Amino acid sequence: MRKIYNIQIDKVKPTVQAVLEAQGIPHSKLSEERLINLAKQAIAIYREFAIPIGIVMEISKKDFANIFVGEGKNDGESPVKPIYESSDELALFAVTIDENICAEISRLFKSNDFALGSMLDSAASEGTEMAAQIIENIYRKHLSKIGLMNQKNGTLRLSPGYCGWHIGAQRKLFQHLKPEDIGITLNDSFLMQPLKSISGVIILGQKEIYEFDDTFSFCRDCATHSCKERIKAVFNG
Amino acid sequence: MNIVQELSEQLQQGNPKNVAELTQQAINAKINIKTILDKGLIAGMTVVGEKFKAHEIFLPDVLLAAKAMYAGMDLLKPHLIKEGIPAIGKVVIGTVQGDLHDIGKNLVAIMLKGAGFEVIDLGNDVSPQKFLDTAVKENAEVIGMSALLTTTMPVMKKVIDLARERNLHGRKKFIVGGAPLSSEYAKEIGADAYCFDGMSTVETVKRFMGIS
Repeated sequence: MRKIYNIQIDKVKPTVQAVLEAQGIPHSKLSEERLINLAKQAIAIYREFAIPIGIVMEISKKDFANIFVGEGKNDGESPVKPIYESSDELALFAVTIDENICAEISRLFKSNDFALGSMLDSAASEGTEMAAQIIENIYRKHLSKIGLMNQKNGTLRLSPGYCGWHIGAQRKLFQHLKPEDIGITLNDSFLMQPLKSISGVIILGQKEIYEFDDTFSFCRDCATHSCKERIKAVFNG
Repeated sequence: MNIVQELSEQLQQGNPKNVAELTQQAINAKINIKTILDKGLIAGMTVVGEKFKAHEIFLPDVLLAAKAMYAGMDLLKPHLIKEGIPAIGKVVIGTVQGDLHDIGKNLVAIMLKGAGFEVIDLGNDVSPQKFLDTAVKENAEVIGMSALLTTTMPVMKKVIDLARERNLHGRKKFIVGGAPLSSEYAKEIGADAYCFDGMSTVETVKRFMGIS
Protein backbone atom coordinates (compact mmCIF):
# COMPACT_ATOMS: atom_id res chain seq x y z
CA MET A 1 0.00 0.00 0.00
CA ARG A 2 1.30 3.43 -1.00
CA LYS A 3 -1.33 6.15 -1.26
CA ILE A 4 -1.49 9.90 -1.62
CA TYR A 5 -4.33 11.79 0.06
CA ASN A 6 -5.51 15.32 -0.58
CA ILE A 7 -6.79 16.49 2.79
CA GLN A 8 -9.78 18.82 3.11
CA ILE A 9 -8.63 22.12 4.56
CA ASP A 10 -11.46 22.29 7.09
CA LYS A 11 -10.33 18.99 8.57
CA VAL A 12 -6.97 20.56 9.46
CA LYS A 13 -8.12 24.03 10.47
CA PRO A 14 -6.69 24.89 13.90
CA THR A 15 -8.85 26.47 16.59
CA VAL A 16 -8.35 30.01 17.88
CA GLN A 17 -7.43 28.55 21.25
CA ALA A 18 -4.77 26.27 19.76
CA VAL A 19 -3.19 29.17 17.87
CA LEU A 20 -3.16 31.45 20.92
CA GLU A 21 -1.73 28.71 23.13
CA ALA A 22 1.00 28.09 20.55
CA GLN A 23 1.81 31.80 20.88
CA GLY A 24 2.54 31.24 24.55
CA ILE A 25 -0.67 32.78 25.84
CA PRO A 26 -1.83 30.99 28.98
CA HIS A 27 -5.33 29.53 29.18
CA SER A 28 -6.46 32.15 31.69
CA LYS A 29 -5.64 34.98 29.26
CA LEU A 30 -7.27 33.63 26.12
CA SER A 31 -10.20 36.04 26.13
CA GLU A 32 -8.55 39.26 24.93
CA GLU A 33 -10.58 40.36 21.92
CA ARG A 34 -7.69 41.93 20.03
CA LEU A 35 -5.69 38.70 20.14
CA ILE A 36 -8.71 36.54 19.33
CA ASN A 37 -9.38 38.66 16.22
CA LEU A 38 -5.77 38.37 15.18
CA ALA A 39 -5.89 34.58 15.57
CA LYS A 40 -9.12 34.44 13.56
CA GLN A 41 -7.49 36.51 10.82
CA ALA A 42 -4.46 34.17 10.80
CA ILE A 43 -6.72 31.12 10.54
CA ALA A 44 -8.62 32.70 7.63
CA ILE A 45 -5.33 33.30 5.79
CA TYR A 46 -4.22 29.76 6.63
CA ARG A 47 -7.46 28.45 5.16
CA GLU A 48 -6.86 30.45 2.00
CA PHE A 49 -3.24 29.43 1.42
CA ALA A 50 -2.75 25.94 2.89
CA ILE A 51 -2.97 22.94 0.59
CA PRO A 52 -2.70 19.92 2.88
CA ILE A 53 -1.60 16.66 1.34
CA GLY A 54 -0.14 13.45 2.71
CA ILE A 55 1.35 10.13 1.70
CA VAL A 56 1.45 6.84 3.58
CA MET A 57 3.20 3.61 2.66
CA GLU A 58 3.44 0.29 4.46
CA ILE A 59 6.92 -1.01 5.12
CA SER A 60 8.33 -4.27 6.44
CA LYS A 61 10.31 -4.41 9.67
CA LYS A 62 13.37 -5.47 7.71
CA ASP A 63 13.20 -2.49 5.36
CA PHE A 64 12.45 -0.13 8.20
CA ALA A 65 15.48 -1.39 10.15
CA ASN A 66 17.65 -0.05 7.34
CA ILE A 67 15.87 3.32 7.40
CA PHE A 68 16.11 3.53 11.19
CA VAL A 69 19.87 3.03 11.13
CA GLY A 70 20.10 5.93 8.68
CA GLU A 71 23.67 7.15 8.54
CA GLY A 72 24.63 5.31 11.73
CA LYS A 73 24.32 8.38 13.91
CA ASN A 74 21.48 7.35 16.25
CA ASP A 75 21.99 7.68 20.00
CA GLY A 76 23.39 4.56 21.66
CA GLU A 77 20.09 3.99 23.38
CA SER A 78 16.75 4.97 21.90
CA PRO A 79 13.20 3.83 22.72
CA VAL A 80 12.39 3.83 18.99
CA LYS A 81 14.35 0.63 18.29
CA PRO A 82 12.65 -1.68 20.82
CA ILE A 83 9.27 -0.17 19.91
CA TYR A 84 9.51 -0.82 16.19
CA GLU A 85 11.16 -4.21 16.72
CA SER A 86 8.16 -5.30 18.81
CA SER A 87 5.58 -3.71 16.56
CA ASP A 88 2.85 -5.46 14.56
CA GLU A 89 2.81 -3.17 11.51
CA LEU A 90 4.74 -0.15 10.23
CA ALA A 91 4.05 2.57 7.67
CA LEU A 92 6.11 5.53 6.51
CA PHE A 93 4.30 8.83 6.11
CA ALA A 94 4.83 12.45 5.12
CA VAL A 95 2.53 15.47 5.08
CA THR A 96 2.80 19.09 4.06
CA ILE A 97 0.54 22.11 3.80
CA ASP A 98 2.47 23.54 0.84
CA GLU A 99 5.01 26.28 0.22
CA ASN A 100 2.40 29.03 -0.35
CA ILE A 101 1.78 29.44 3.33
CA CYS A 102 5.51 29.82 4.12
CA ALA A 103 5.75 32.52 1.44
CA GLU A 104 2.78 34.34 2.96
CA ILE A 105 4.37 34.21 6.44
CA SER A 106 7.55 35.78 4.99
CA ARG A 107 5.51 38.42 3.17
CA LEU A 108 3.71 39.40 6.37
CA PHE A 109 7.00 39.79 8.24
CA LYS A 110 8.47 41.86 5.42
CA SER A 111 5.48 44.19 5.51
CA ASN A 112 5.91 44.62 9.31
CA ASP A 113 2.78 42.59 10.12
CA PHE A 114 4.81 40.67 12.68
CA ALA A 115 1.99 39.63 14.99
CA LEU A 116 -0.15 38.30 12.16
CA GLY A 117 2.86 36.60 10.56
CA SER A 118 3.76 34.94 13.83
CA MET A 119 0.14 33.84 14.41
CA LEU A 120 -0.01 32.43 10.88
CA ASP A 121 3.20 30.51 11.56
CA SER A 122 1.59 28.99 14.65
CA ALA A 123 -1.61 28.21 12.73
CA ALA A 124 0.44 26.54 9.99
CA SER A 125 2.40 24.42 12.49
CA GLU A 126 -0.82 23.34 14.19
CA GLY A 127 -2.38 22.57 10.80
CA THR A 128 0.59 20.45 9.75
CA GLU A 129 0.32 18.42 12.97
CA MET A 130 -3.39 17.94 12.31
CA ALA A 131 -2.63 16.78 8.76
CA ALA A 132 -0.20 14.18 10.17
CA GLN A 133 -2.94 13.01 12.52
CA ILE A 134 -5.38 12.69 9.61
CA ILE A 135 -2.90 10.47 7.75
CA GLU A 136 -2.42 8.38 10.88
CA ASN A 137 -6.21 8.04 11.19
CA ILE A 138 -6.45 6.94 7.55
CA TYR A 139 -3.83 4.27 8.19
CA ARG A 140 -5.68 3.17 11.33
CA LYS A 141 -8.87 2.79 9.31
CA HIS A 142 -6.95 0.67 6.81
CA LEU A 143 -5.62 -1.49 9.66
CA SER A 144 -9.12 -1.85 11.07
CA LYS A 145 -10.47 -2.88 7.70
CA ILE A 146 -7.94 -5.70 7.45
CA GLY A 147 -8.66 -6.74 11.03
CA LEU A 148 -5.39 -5.69 12.67
CA MET A 149 -6.69 -3.03 15.07
CA ASN A 150 -8.10 -4.17 18.41
CA GLN A 151 -8.67 -2.98 21.98
CA LYS A 152 -5.14 -3.85 23.07
CA ASN A 153 -3.11 -2.16 20.37
CA GLY A 154 -2.69 1.36 19.06
CA THR A 155 -0.67 3.50 16.68
CA LEU A 156 1.99 6.11 17.39
CA ARG A 157 3.87 8.48 15.07
CA LEU A 158 7.62 8.95 15.46
CA SER A 159 9.92 11.17 13.41
CA PRO A 160 13.67 11.29 12.73
CA GLY A 161 15.28 13.98 14.84
CA TYR A 162 13.47 12.95 18.01
CA CYS A 163 13.95 10.40 20.80
CA GLY A 164 17.48 9.44 19.82
CA TRP A 165 16.55 8.72 16.19
CA HIS A 166 19.00 10.85 14.22
CA ILE A 167 17.58 13.20 11.62
CA GLY A 168 20.03 11.70 9.09
CA ALA A 169 17.55 8.84 8.69
CA GLN A 170 15.49 11.25 6.59
CA ARG A 171 17.68 10.44 3.57
CA LYS A 172 16.73 6.74 3.48
CA LEU A 173 13.16 7.50 4.50
CA PHE A 174 12.86 9.80 1.48
CA GLN A 175 14.48 7.25 -0.84
CA HIS A 176 11.88 4.70 0.21
CA LEU A 177 8.72 6.85 0.53
CA LYS A 178 9.43 9.38 -2.25
CA PRO A 179 7.47 12.31 -0.75
CA GLU A 180 8.70 14.39 -3.69
CA ASP A 181 5.45 13.12 -5.25
CA ILE A 182 3.55 15.42 -2.88
CA GLY A 183 6.03 18.29 -3.24
CA ILE A 184 8.37 17.66 -0.27
CA THR A 185 12.12 17.75 -0.86
CA LEU A 186 15.10 17.28 1.43
CA ASN A 187 18.20 19.45 1.56
CA ASP A 188 21.74 18.52 2.59
CA SER A 189 20.95 19.33 6.25
CA PHE A 190 18.00 16.89 6.10
CA LEU A 191 15.65 19.84 6.21
CA MET A 192 12.32 19.35 4.52
CA GLN A 193 10.91 21.92 2.17
CA PRO A 194 8.23 23.24 2.47
CA LEU A 195 9.20 23.91 6.08
CA LYS A 196 5.70 23.05 7.24
CA SER A 197 6.09 19.33 6.59
CA ILE A 198 6.29 16.26 8.84
CA SER A 199 7.65 12.82 8.01
CA GLY A 200 8.21 9.66 9.98
CA VAL A 201 6.84 6.24 10.79
CA ILE A 202 3.46 5.12 12.11
CA ILE A 203 3.85 2.15 14.41
CA LEU A 204 1.10 -0.29 15.33
CA GLY A 205 1.76 -2.21 18.51
CA GLN A 206 0.46 -3.55 21.79
CA LYS A 207 0.29 -1.13 24.70
CA GLU A 208 3.27 -2.73 26.46
CA ILE A 209 5.74 -1.90 23.67
CA TYR A 210 5.31 1.83 24.24
CA GLU A 211 6.17 1.71 27.94
CA PHE A 212 9.53 3.31 28.69
CA ASP A 213 10.98 5.79 31.16
CA ASP A 214 11.78 9.21 29.69
CA THR A 215 15.21 9.24 31.29
CA PHE A 216 17.36 8.85 28.18
CA SER A 217 20.19 11.36 27.75
CA PHE A 218 18.29 13.21 25.00
CA CYS A 219 15.18 13.51 27.22
CA ARG A 220 17.06 16.15 29.24
CA ASP A 221 17.06 18.45 26.22
CA CYS A 222 13.45 17.72 25.28
CA ALA A 223 11.25 20.74 25.96
CA THR A 224 7.89 18.98 25.93
CA HIS A 225 8.16 15.32 27.05
CA SER A 226 4.98 15.01 24.99
CA CYS A 227 5.73 11.33 24.26
CA LYS A 228 4.07 10.30 27.52
CA GLU A 229 0.88 12.22 26.80
CA ARG A 230 0.77 11.01 23.22
CA ILE A 231 1.18 7.38 24.27
CA LYS A 232 -1.48 7.82 26.95
CA ALA A 233 -3.83 9.30 24.35
CA VAL A 234 -3.40 6.28 22.09
CA PHE A 235 -4.97 3.99 24.63
CA ASN A 236 -7.34 6.36 26.41
CA GLY A 237 -8.87 7.69 23.19
CA MET B 1 0.72 64.27 28.72
CA ASN B 2 3.09 65.72 26.09
CA ILE B 3 3.45 64.44 22.51
CA VAL B 4 6.45 62.26 23.28
CA GLN B 5 4.79 60.62 26.28
CA GLU B 6 1.63 60.08 24.23
CA LEU B 7 3.80 58.56 21.51
CA SER B 8 5.27 56.09 23.98
CA GLU B 9 1.80 55.27 25.28
CA GLN B 10 0.33 54.67 21.82
CA LEU B 11 3.30 52.48 20.91
CA GLN B 12 2.68 50.38 24.01
CA GLN B 13 -0.94 49.99 22.88
CA GLY B 14 0.31 48.76 19.48
CA ASN B 15 -1.39 51.48 17.47
CA PRO B 16 0.74 52.17 14.35
CA LYS B 17 -1.58 54.82 12.89
CA ASN B 18 -1.49 56.96 16.03
CA VAL B 19 2.24 56.42 16.45
CA ALA B 20 2.87 57.62 12.89
CA GLU B 21 0.65 60.67 13.42
CA LEU B 22 2.26 61.58 16.75
CA THR B 23 5.77 61.07 15.37
CA GLN B 24 4.97 63.44 12.51
CA GLN B 25 3.48 65.93 14.97
CA ALA B 26 6.60 65.76 17.11
CA ILE B 27 8.85 66.29 14.07
CA ASN B 28 6.70 69.23 12.93
CA ALA B 29 6.87 70.69 16.43
CA LYS B 30 10.69 70.63 16.10
CA ILE B 31 11.11 68.36 19.08
CA ASN B 32 14.67 67.05 19.21
CA ILE B 33 14.84 63.94 16.99
CA LYS B 34 16.86 61.98 19.55
CA THR B 35 14.29 62.84 22.21
CA ILE B 36 11.47 61.51 20.00
CA LEU B 37 13.47 58.32 19.47
CA ASP B 38 14.70 57.78 23.03
CA LYS B 39 11.80 59.08 25.13
CA GLY B 40 9.06 58.15 22.70
CA LEU B 41 9.74 55.04 20.63
CA ILE B 42 12.53 53.28 22.54
CA ALA B 43 11.03 54.15 25.93
CA GLY B 44 7.72 52.67 24.78
CA MET B 45 9.36 49.47 23.59
CA THR B 46 11.32 49.21 26.83
CA VAL B 47 8.08 49.24 28.82
CA VAL B 48 6.65 46.62 26.44
CA GLY B 49 9.75 44.47 26.96
CA GLU B 50 9.49 44.74 30.73
CA LYS B 51 5.81 43.82 30.70
CA PHE B 52 6.58 40.84 28.46
CA LYS B 53 9.30 39.68 30.81
CA ALA B 54 6.87 39.97 33.74
CA HIS B 55 4.28 37.90 31.76
CA GLU B 56 1.85 40.82 31.87
CA ILE B 57 1.62 40.80 28.07
CA PHE B 58 2.44 38.19 25.44
CA LEU B 59 4.30 37.76 22.17
CA PRO B 60 1.52 39.10 19.89
CA ASP B 61 1.28 42.24 22.07
CA VAL B 62 5.02 42.79 21.69
CA LEU B 63 4.82 42.29 17.94
CA LEU B 64 1.90 44.72 17.60
CA ALA B 65 3.95 47.29 19.53
CA ALA B 66 6.92 46.58 17.25
CA LYS B 67 4.79 47.29 14.18
CA ALA B 68 3.82 50.61 15.75
CA MET B 69 7.49 51.31 16.49
CA TYR B 70 8.42 50.70 12.86
CA ALA B 71 5.65 53.11 11.74
CA GLY B 72 7.33 55.81 13.80
CA MET B 73 10.86 54.81 12.81
CA ASP B 74 10.02 55.06 9.09
CA LEU B 75 9.31 58.76 9.64
CA LEU B 76 12.27 59.35 11.96
CA LYS B 77 14.89 57.54 9.91
CA PRO B 78 15.58 60.28 7.32
CA HIS B 79 16.02 62.78 10.18
CA LEU B 80 18.31 60.45 12.14
CA ILE B 81 20.50 60.05 9.04
CA LYS B 82 20.43 63.77 8.27
CA GLU B 83 21.48 64.65 11.83
CA GLY B 84 24.04 61.86 11.98
CA ILE B 85 22.48 60.21 15.04
CA PRO B 86 23.89 56.68 15.25
CA ALA B 87 22.07 53.58 16.49
CA ILE B 88 23.12 52.42 19.97
CA GLY B 89 24.92 49.48 18.40
CA LYS B 90 25.07 47.27 15.36
CA VAL B 91 24.21 43.56 15.17
CA VAL B 92 24.60 41.18 12.25
CA ILE B 93 22.06 38.39 12.47
CA GLY B 94 21.16 35.32 10.40
CA THR B 95 20.12 31.68 10.31
CA VAL B 96 23.15 29.49 9.64
CA GLN B 97 24.01 27.70 6.40
CA GLY B 98 21.72 24.77 5.57
CA ASP B 99 18.92 26.01 7.81
CA LEU B 100 15.88 27.83 6.48
CA HIS B 101 13.96 28.43 9.72
CA ASP B 102 13.78 32.14 10.29
CA ILE B 103 10.78 32.94 12.49
CA GLY B 104 12.82 32.91 15.72
CA LYS B 105 15.60 34.93 14.13
CA ASN B 106 13.07 37.44 12.79
CA LEU B 107 11.58 37.89 16.26
CA VAL B 108 15.02 38.53 17.74
CA ALA B 109 15.77 41.09 15.00
CA ILE B 110 12.46 42.86 15.70
CA MET B 111 13.24 43.06 19.44
CA LEU B 112 16.76 44.36 18.82
CA LYS B 113 15.51 47.06 16.43
CA GLY B 114 12.85 47.97 18.97
CA ALA B 115 15.58 48.49 21.55
CA GLY B 116 17.38 50.92 19.24
CA PHE B 117 20.00 48.68 17.63
CA GLU B 118 20.77 48.67 13.93
CA VAL B 119 20.22 45.13 12.74
CA ILE B 120 21.70 43.76 9.53
CA ASP B 121 19.55 40.73 8.84
CA LEU B 122 21.29 38.34 6.45
CA GLY B 123 18.25 36.08 6.22
CA ASN B 124 18.66 32.31 6.27
CA ASP B 125 21.18 29.81 4.87
CA VAL B 126 24.03 32.19 5.72
CA SER B 127 27.60 30.98 5.18
CA PRO B 128 30.32 31.49 7.86
CA GLN B 129 32.17 33.82 5.46
CA LYS B 130 29.11 36.00 4.96
CA PHE B 131 28.56 36.41 8.71
CA LEU B 132 32.14 37.56 9.23
CA ASP B 133 32.53 39.59 6.03
CA THR B 134 29.36 41.54 6.81
CA ALA B 135 30.30 42.12 10.44
CA VAL B 136 33.69 43.49 9.37
CA LYS B 137 32.29 45.58 6.53
CA GLU B 138 29.52 47.06 8.67
CA ASN B 139 31.70 47.33 11.76
CA ALA B 140 29.07 45.43 13.78
CA GLU B 141 29.90 44.67 17.40
CA VAL B 142 27.80 41.52 17.66
CA ILE B 143 27.06 38.52 15.43
CA GLY B 144 23.86 36.61 16.20
CA MET B 145 23.43 33.12 14.78
CA SER B 146 20.28 31.01 14.79
CA ALA B 147 19.74 27.30 14.09
CA LEU B 148 16.75 25.04 14.54
CA LEU B 149 18.36 21.79 13.46
CA THR B 150 20.92 19.65 15.24
CA THR B 151 22.50 19.14 11.83
CA THR B 152 23.07 22.86 11.27
CA MET B 153 24.29 23.71 14.79
CA PRO B 154 27.89 22.78 13.86
CA VAL B 155 27.92 25.67 11.35
CA MET B 156 27.99 28.00 14.37
CA LYS B 157 31.27 26.45 15.43
CA LYS B 158 32.59 26.93 11.89
CA VAL B 159 31.78 30.64 12.12
CA ILE B 160 33.64 30.95 15.41
CA ASP B 161 36.58 28.85 14.20
CA LEU B 162 36.81 31.04 11.11
CA ALA B 163 36.65 34.13 13.34
CA ARG B 164 39.64 32.75 15.28
CA GLU B 165 41.53 32.24 12.01
CA ARG B 166 40.76 35.80 10.98
CA ASN B 167 41.68 37.15 14.41
CA LEU B 168 38.12 38.37 14.96
CA HIS B 169 37.34 36.19 17.96
CA GLY B 170 37.41 38.41 21.01
CA ARG B 171 36.94 41.50 18.86
CA LYS B 172 33.35 40.62 17.97
CA LYS B 173 30.80 39.11 20.31
CA PHE B 174 29.06 35.91 19.19
CA ILE B 175 25.54 35.02 20.29
CA VAL B 176 23.77 31.77 19.45
CA GLY B 177 20.11 30.83 19.71
CA GLY B 178 17.53 28.29 18.54
CA ALA B 179 15.57 25.35 19.86
CA PRO B 180 18.36 22.73 20.06
CA LEU B 181 20.93 25.17 21.56
CA SER B 182 22.03 25.56 25.17
CA SER B 183 24.45 27.59 27.27
CA GLU B 184 26.68 24.53 27.47
CA TYR B 185 26.84 24.24 23.69
CA ALA B 186 27.55 27.97 23.35
CA LYS B 187 30.44 27.63 25.81
CA GLU B 188 31.73 24.49 24.09
CA ILE B 189 32.03 26.18 20.69
CA GLY B 190 33.44 29.42 22.06
CA ALA B 191 30.36 31.65 21.65
CA ASP B 192 30.01 34.53 24.07
CA ALA B 193 26.39 33.80 24.96
CA TYR B 194 23.36 31.64 24.36
CA CYS B 195 20.11 33.59 24.24
CA PHE B 196 16.76 31.96 24.88
CA ASP B 197 14.58 34.58 23.18
CA GLY B 198 14.41 38.11 21.81
CA MET B 199 14.25 39.81 25.19
CA SER B 200 17.24 37.93 26.58
CA THR B 201 19.14 38.81 23.38
CA VAL B 202 18.42 42.51 23.89
CA GLU B 203 19.62 42.29 27.50
CA THR B 204 22.74 40.37 26.50
CA VAL B 205 23.69 42.73 23.67
CA LYS B 206 23.14 45.72 25.96
CA ARG B 207 25.36 44.10 28.58
CA PHE B 208 28.09 43.50 25.97
CA MET B 209 27.95 47.16 24.99
CA GLY B 210 27.78 48.47 28.52
CA ILE B 211 24.30 49.94 28.02
CA SER B 212 22.16 49.99 31.15
